[in-house]
Amino acid sequence: MTTPSQTVGPFFGFALPYAADWELAPEGHPGAVTITGRVLDGAGEPIPDALLELWTGEAGTRGALGRTGAGVSGFGRCGTAPDGSYRFRLVPPARPYLALLVFARGLLKPVRTRVYLADVPDPLLGSLDPARRATLLARPDGQDVYRFDVRLQGEQETVFLEF
Amino acid sequence: MVTHPPYLYPDYASTVLRAPSREPLPMKEDPEAAELTGPVFGHGEVDPLDADLTAGHAGEPLGERIIVTGRVLDASGRPVPGTLVEIWQANSAGRYAHQRDQHPAPLDPNFTGAGRCLTDDEGRYRFVTIKPGAYPWRNHPNAWRPAHIHFSVFGTSFTQRLVTQMYFPGDPLFAFDPIFRSIPDPAARERLVAAFDLDVTEPEWALGYRWDVVLGRTPMEDA
Repeated sequence: MTTPSQTVGPFFGFALPYAADWELAPEGHPGAVTITGRVLDGAGEPIPDALLELWTGEAGTRGALGRTGAGVSGFGRCGTAPDGSYRFRLVPPARPYLALLVFARGLLKPVRTRVYLADVPDPLLGSLDPARRATLLARPDGQDVYRFDVRLQGEQETVFLEF
Repeated sequence: MVTHPPYLYPDYASTVLRAPSREPLPMKEDPEAAELTGPVFGHGEVDPLDADLTAGHAGEPLGERIIVTGRVLDASGRPVPGTLVEIWQANSAGRYAHQRDQHPAPLDPNFTGAGRCLTDDEGRYRFVTIKPGAYPWRNHPNAWRPAHIHFSVFGTSFTQRLVTQMYFPGDPLFAFDPIFRSIPDPAARERLVAAFDLDVTEPEWALGYRWDVVLGRTPMEDA
């Protein structure tokens, strides 16, 4: 008898974001990379009222919400900007992927996906045809930067996982 | 199976361009999957005062003071201790302290409407707040949201993550609200409605509501 999901709505912005929530690693941390991209709807329009949560699967030394000290965190949260963009700075985990949840007005339950930082042999990637597989691969975009767009609907719709 | 709403529910207009058109893929059998773990929140990260939404301002907020408490449980009925519960809501006049909320109801300088706490050893959470007001939205003509408090709950694995809304018993707006009605099973819908509880109510102080949150199974438990 689980509790049903409801939309996060448009007005979470004064409650859920917290200081430096997108910085899982401090600026200049060795090996840190930035992942950035946009959240887009079925018309290709940016979604300005989405909230993303990133989980690396490793707790780190920095606390989930706390951002003091030089350590790293395994959890981050980022609301999208008016142009639908988000960003995270993190130290890549041992696994080749990051777990990502996207909440938004108009999503009655979040969508869950994975961001793969490398195209490696993997049970999930291996089960997908090339076009679908490509939606899970972050694209290197300059030094220490990856780009990953989330397309909620349409031809290039991101592969989502059961939630 | 019908606990959660579908992605596409056209009566809630914002779903039309945002609902994925393909079925989500089932989780692969992988006991090492990152999603089977989740972030752990330390007591140093959450101030005990964060659970009192009526505090922290120069004066008392306007409205009906309430206590909202309950337990966070997993699908087997086991309490989930030490998990983060976050809430946010409109004030008693139905206005959010958010710059994009244009509803012409007054802001309350003594109420922001956001709080958080960690569940105790028995999975219990407790907030002191103000009963939120209903408010209009532009989904369809004469659309009004029933009074509700948004809840964000983590659980023990990333796949248990839940964002939902708690409603108040007897609200006449339930029948007209597509977000509430998006849940197909009427019995599941009722699980979003808190119970008034005289044992939670404190004399001369605040009305009490009780509402438990039950998080879904992890895929490994489903197997």
